[in-house]
Amino acid sequence: MIRGAGGAARRVWSVYGGYAIGFVSLFLIWQLASLYVVSSVLFPPPTVVFSKGLRLVRNGVLLEHLAASLQRILAGFIAGSLLGIPIGLAMGSFRPVRKLLEPYTEFLRFIPSVAMITVAVIWFGIGEGSKIFLIIYTTIFIVILNTAAGVSAIAPNKIRAAQSLGATRAQIFWHVALPATVPYILTGMRLAMANSFTTIVAAELIAANDGLGKMLWDGRLFMLVDEIFVSLVTLGLLGFVVDRMFRWSIYTFAGKYSPAT
Amino acid sequence: MPLVSFHDVEKTYRSLQGVDYPAVEHFSVEIEVGEFFCLLGPSGCGKTTVLKMLAGFEAPTAGQIVMDGRPVTGASRDRGVVFQGDDSLYGWLTAVENVEFGLRMRHVRKAERRERAMHYLELVGLMSQERKYPAELSGGMKQRIQIARVLANEPKMLLMDEPFAALDAQTRSLMQIELANIWQTTRTTVLFITHDIDEAVTLGKRIGVMRAGPRSQVKGVVEVALHGARSRTDDVFLQYYKHVYEMIRDEVAKSIARAGAP
Repeated sequence: MIRGAGGAARRVWSVYGGYAIGFVSLFLIWQLASLYVVSSVLFPPPTVVFSKGLRLVRNGVLLEHLAASLQRILAGFIAGSLLGIPIGLAMGSFRPVRKLLEPYTEFLRFIPSVAMITVAVIWFGIGEGSKIFLIIYTTIFIVILNTAAGVSAIAPNKIRAAQSLGATRAQIFWHVALPATVPYILTGMRLAMANSFTTIVAAELIAANDGLGKMLWDGRLFMLVDEIFVSLVTLGLLGFVVDRMFRWSIYTFAGKYSPAT
Repeated sequence: MPLVSFHDVEKTYRSLQGVDYPAVEHFSVEIEVGEFFCLLGPSGCGKTTVLKMLAGFEAPTAGQIVMDGRPVTGASRDRGVVFQGDDSLYGWLTAVENVEFGLRMRHVRKAERRERAMHYLELVGLMSQERKYPAELSGGMKQRIQIARVLANEPKMLLMDEPFAALDAQTRSLMQIELANIWQTTRTTVLFITHDIDEAVTLGKRIGVMRAGPRSQVKGVVEVALHGARSRTDDVFLQYYKHVYEMIRDEVAKSIARAGAP
C-alpha cells in the first residue's frame, strides 16, 4: 500500500484526533461555565489559570513544586515496586510463603495510605522520608497482589512443557514463570502509579515544605484560587502524561508478553 | 525389550469431598522402540491420565511404569509432550525461540541451536514463520511449533495428547498426513492419544482400545498391517476401521450411560 502525506496525516489524526477534540471541549466547557454559569472569582476560567500557570513556570515556582512531588513519587514508586515484585513472586510460587505473608498483605492493604500519614510524619518527620515511606506503602501491596495473581494464573501446561523439555526448577522460574508474569506486574505498577498521585497530594497537604499538595494548601490559606487551579490542572496533566507513558512502554516493550497466550 | 511398559498401573483421584474415583486400574501395555502407538478410547476413559503418568506429571497410585529399564519418577527430556491446546507455548518467544527452548536450557550454543531449530521448523513446514509470535499464528501452525519444539529436543519418545482435536477437519487431516511423514523420517517412538477411530487407523502401527471408565484398562490391541500412505477409501483401511469401531462401540455407549448425558 502506498501511503502519502495525506495517509500519514490521517493516521496521526485517527490516533490523536479524539484526544485533541476531547481536551479542547473540556477547556471550552470550563471557559463557558466560569464566564456565564458560575461567574465568580472562586471559579477562574482556564484562560486566567493558564496565564497564571505560565507566570509560575517563568519564575520557576511551579517547576520547583512539580519536581518535588515527582521526585517523591518516583523514589517511592521504584522502591515499592522493587520490593513488591520479588515478594509477590515468592508468594505466588510458594504456598508456605503465601500463608505466612498473606496476613500482612491482607491486613495492611485495607489501611489506606492516607490514614498512615499521621504515623509517617511522627516516625519520619515532615521531610522526604515520610513521603517516600507513604508512596512505598501505597505501591507495594498492589504490586505484590498483582504479581502473585500473575504467577498463579500461569497455565500449568507451560510449566509441564518446560519440565519435559529438560528445564530445571531455576530455569522454569527465570524462563517461564517470570516472563509469563510480566503483564500482571506492569498492570500492578500502573495502578500503583495512579494511587501514588493521590497519596502524595494528601501527604503534602498535611505536612510538606514544597510539592503540588503544598501549593494547593498555600492557595487555600492565602485565598489564591488561581494557584489552586494551576496545581489541580498540573496534577491532571501530569497523571495523564505519566499513565500514557506507562501504557506506551507496556505496549512497546511488553506487547509480546500478551496474557492471551 | 519394549521401550515402555505399564505394569498393573492404577490411578485413583480423590475429590474434595473425599470420594475416590479409580480412573484406571490394572492398566498394562507395552510400547516398542520406534513404534507409533495410538491409545484410543471414549471420552473420560482415562487416556490423558495414562499420558500424564508416563510424562511424569502425575504418579500412579499403584503399579509401575518402566522406560528403558528404569521406573518413571518425574518429567524428563526423554519424553517430549505435545499438548492438546496452545497454552503450553511461550507467547513472549517467537516461533523459532519456542522451538529452541529445550536446547537453550541445555546451553547449546546459539548458532547451533538456531540451526537445529530451523531444521525442525522446516520439517513441520513453518520455515518462513520463524519470527512470528504464537499469537500471530493459526491453530494448526501452533501445533506445528509444539511438534517442532519437542522434536528439536530429540527425546526418546513423543507423547501426544489429542494434538489435533481442536483443529478444523481439513487442517486435522493435513496434519495427520504430515505427522505420518515426520514419523516415517524420524522413526521416533510415539504414544498418541485420541478418541477418533479414523485418526487412530490413519496413524497407528498398533492401536490400544480402552474400556470406558472408571477402572479403565486396555480392552485389546489391534495391529494395523498397513504400510506406506494410508487412504480412507482403501478396503483394508475400512476393515480396520470397522474392527476397531466394533471394539469401541459398547465402551462409548457405557461411557455415555455413566455420564448420564447424551
